[in-house]
Amino acid sequence: MGLLGFPFLAGCDGQLSVLDPAGPAAQGIATLWWWMFWGAAVILAAMVTLFLWLWLRPDAGRSVPARWWLVGGGLAFPLPVVIALTAAALWWGDAAARRSAPLRIEAEARMWEWRFRYPGTAMADSIGQLHLPAGRDVEIVVTSRDVIHSFWIPRLGGKIDAIPGHVNRIVLRADEPGVYGGVCSEYCGLGHAGMTFSATAHADWPQETP
Amino acid sequence: MTPIRRHKELDRIWKTPRGWGRLSAVNHTVVGRRFMVTSLVFFAIGGLLAMLIRTQLATRDSAFMEPGTYAQVFTMHGTIMMFLFAIPFFEGLAMYLLPKMLGARDLAFPRMSAYGYWCYLFGGSILIVALLMGAAPDGGWFMYTPLSSSTYTPGISADVWLLGISFVEISAMSAAVEFLVSILLLRAGGMSLDRMPIFAWYMLVVAGMMLVGFPPLILGSVLLETERALGLPFFDPTRGGDPLLWQHLFWLFGHPEVYIIFLPAAGVLSTIIPVFSSHRLVGFRAVVAAIVTMGFLSFGLWVHHMYTTGIPHLSLSFFSIASALVAVPTAVQIFAWFATMAAGRPRFSIPMLHVGGFMFVFVFGGLSGVMLAMVPFNSQVHDTQFVVAHLHYVLVGGFIFPMMAAAYYWLPHMCGRQPVQHLSHAAFWTVFGGFNLTFLGMHLTGLLGMTRRLYSYDDPAWEVLNFISSMGGFVTTIGFALLALDLILLVMFGKRARRDPWGAGTLEWATPMPPPSYAFAAIPVLEDAPDGRRIAAGQGLLAVPRGQLETLGVDPLTGAPQQIVVLPASTFLPLWTAVATGGIYLSLLAKTYLLVPPLALVVVVLFLRWTRSTPPAQVLDAGRGIRLPNQSASGAAPSLWAMRFVIAGDATAFASLLFGAGFLAISAPGWPPPGWPEDSVRTILPVAVGAAIALLRPHGIAAVIAQGLILAGSAAALWRIEGATDHAAPASLAAVAAYAALHAAIGLVIAAWAVKRPRAEQDISAQWQRYAAIVGAMSMAFPIVLRLLSSAAA
Ligand code: HEM
Ligand SMILES: [Cu+2]
Repeated sequence: MGLLGFPFLAGCDGQLSVLDPAGPAAQGIATLWWWMFWGAAVILAAMVTLFLWLWLRPDAGRSVPARWWLVGGGLAFPLPVVIALTAAALWWGDAAARRSAPLRIEAEARMWEWRFRYPGTAMADSIGQLHLPAGRDVEIVVTSRDVIHSFWIPRLGGKIDAIPGHVNRIVLRADEPGVYGGVCSEYCGLGHAGMTFSATAHADWPQETP
Repeated sequence: MTPIRRHKELDRIWKTPRGWGRLSAVNHTVVGRRFMVTSLVFFAIGGLLAMLIRTQLATRDSAFMEPGTYAQVFTMHGTIMMFLFAIPFFEGLAMYLLPKMLGARDLAFPRMSAYGYWCYLFGGSILIVALLMGAAPDGGWFMYTPLSSSTYTPGISADVWLLGISFVEISAMSAAVEFLVSILLLRAGGMSLDRMPIFAWYMLVVAGMMLVGFPPLILGSVLLETERALGLPFFDPTRGGDPLLWQHLFWLFGHPEVYIIFLPAAGVLSTIIPVFSSHRLVGFRAVVAAIVTMGFLSFGLWVHHMYTTGIPHLSLSFFSIASALVAVPTAVQIFAWFATMAAGRPRFSIPMLHVGGFMFVFVFGGLSGVMLAMVPFNSQVHDTQFVVAHLHYVLVGGFIFPMMAAAYYWLPHMCGRQPVQHLSHAAFWTVFGGFNLTFLGMHLTGLLGMTRRLYSYDDPAWEVLNFISSMGGFVTTIGFALLALDLILLVMFGKRARRDPWGAGTLEWATPMPPPSYAFAAIPVLEDAPDGRRIAAGQGLLAVPRGQLETLGVDPLTGAPQQIVVLPASTFLPLWTAVATGGIYLSLLAKTYLLVPPLALVVVVLFLRWTRSTPPAQVLDAGRGIRLPNQSASGAAPSLWAMRFVIAGDATAFASLLFGAGFLAISAPGWPPPGWPEDSVRTILPVAVGAAIALLRPHGIAAVIAQGLILAGSAAALWRIEGATDHAAPASLAAVAAYAALHAAIGLVIAAWAVKRPRAEQDISAQWQRYAAIVGAMSMAFPIVLRLLSSAAA
């Protein structure tokens, strides 16, 4: 919504930009965002115009009966819009939530770093650097040793919280080899701002031992 | 009787003393004004903190603040704005306006207003003192555990938040009860529910929401505080607790809270827009239906703050749909305003300018809110600057702009002066421009990946946007300074205003301006016009002063005169009671627990002294040939209603506790616990017998004995629990037993006090006796239920 003046910025910048997706999950959300952005822009413009028109032209709209305003504006207009939008988002979100992948990588958060383990592969454990194969779905299993953190690689997809006592999962895929930025997005104490990591998507990935 | 003599007589009865006597004020006009002024001071402090935040973020790698300081600053900014500014401000406004709009001389429990004010002032001040001493809370305004637990936040900063906010919450709860009872009972003669001003309808719904919205937070704070202070592990995942329980309890409060802040503002708009359109509100009933719907819906949305916590998508979809649907009642209200404007002749005025500001900013925030309700999108921008931008669009659009409109609209009423309007335009446009400059681009900052609560960053693309936001922030502040100056000029130098300067015709404008201490020389009676036009002083009920503070009590539904409510005069009791309550709070903070029981005793004794002023049962002349009983003789005393609402609020807290324990049993790691205490007849029997007696005979000595039995049984049950610090299961059992014991103890005190009181007061006591009996009985069944739940989940 805030992009009115800056649509050109999309896709031209940023290690962490949601608007520069590099995987299917982030791509879908970016598309959803642009739909919502334009829809909201139109609705906002219409509402403000309507208000100004009614206010500055005192005879405006007098012929429209009260019922029309209430039923038309209060029900007929918002209901279909929110129902259609929610249905689309839920359908899409459901498909994303159902995905699973044979390759699992464990991400363990602690104050204030990320540790990654790659069970069943030849990859060595790593701190602050996530490795994953490009072009393949990967399931990240996210846990925490102390307080709540949140695992987020904006260019690949949404975030998932790392909550002590809970095991959360998220399926991500990087379409192309490259390095993507990741951050902890839940405030977790003094070192929160520095709790970043990088995610490297590799074209070749060592053979997995099942 | 001449109007002048009547004025002198009434003023002598109702006025607040001067000098030190001001501290004894209980009058709604005085206390309401105090709430507003105090909350504006907190707003200024919160705004100052916002400027510190913006200074820090203006450039990358800023060295202005350390991360620790920054954490205190953003936590306190959020906490102050939400708890110490927004809620108290509208409470004050409603306190000031409600009686006058309803045609009453005061609220139902003036001393509770004063007590609430002192609790708010003390609690808030202690938070500020902590800030000045560098010991302010620093875990963010929603205080997620385990970060706020004693392991990760040792020291008192989190205790300051938990105890201080709970203390402030006392004032919110007492305001809720007071508004509910006052709106239902204390109105002008003949003002039936459907002729009640729309603002009162809004506040009725808001007060109901506060009554059930705040208890989950209060309960959560108490649980977290016992975890921090005594080691009961409700939220510790290594000992059978769950950090998610805190999030559920917090947002169960936190989401309704947002609507609790928005609805009073919408009530202001529903009042002002018709006036400036010279047309009554179109779709009155539709608006009432919309706000009631909103009230209910708002309790079904809390999980949309928790989309990324790993809750199954199917459950999320329910909350996502509910969240998106809130757009509907919101749209109904906005289009009712449009319809009003279309039907009337809207004119230009400064309040309408602010309504325009609301329209743009709030609709904007509402639209980004619908976006955030979409699960996938939320998973990207949750906890980023996009959310910061969204929440300010809703809060500033949905609260600040309407309140600025309210200030210009009602200040003439409060001080009797006409707006000057020299700076009004400049102030509006500076705030409006500055605000959008600050927060518009911030949506993009969030989309570019900047999370919230970052004290430092190094991305140059963010720097441009943040710099713009910071400049905008300073412009906004200048705008608020202009606004303050404009309003001060109005109050000091404005021309004397004539009565009802806007041609509103609602009842509050029928009082002289500024209003006298008694508000109405006679209680108006509505014959025909729903808004009570042209009510001349002296025509109405209770016009003859009788040496006591009287206002009219009506039938809640029809508004038919029903009783004369005699109100208490100015007294220092609320102040002393609040000081003693504050003492409890400080000794909890200082961990000098031994001081708590004596102080609690002082509080109890002081509260019991309040009841001394209850008048003997009488039937009195109300004027116009009507004779009415006073509240002691009416059988429908305001305090009877108040007790019902208190019980409803308390029951919500109890339900939250049971829900919380059940939630842990089903979904926390580390359940079932290693063992369960044996059931014992020695604890169950006395509680069962006591509960049965209290339910059958809640009056007299029987009630005292009954509560004694329940207290003994539940205290014994509490005593038998072992290992409450080892696992959340025994901790929950202890919490429930303690809850029952506390309620029985309160029941015991009330029952003993009521023994010698008149029947009307015994009936009030009886309500609590029955309720405490039910709590006791449920607490006995609770261990069995919890055990079943836990084994079913395992
Ligand atoms: C000129 C006015 C204001 C400015 C410039 C401002 C600025 C900010 C900024 C920059 C943050 C983000 C802090 C961070 O993420 O590090 C913030 C957070 C917040 N603001 Fe404001 N704010 C203003 C007014 C308000 C008002 C009026 C309210 C509420 C009625 C409010 C409520 C909040 C809340 C609840 C937070 C979240 C705090 C947290 O993350 O714990 N703000 N504000
Ligand atoms: Cu973290």
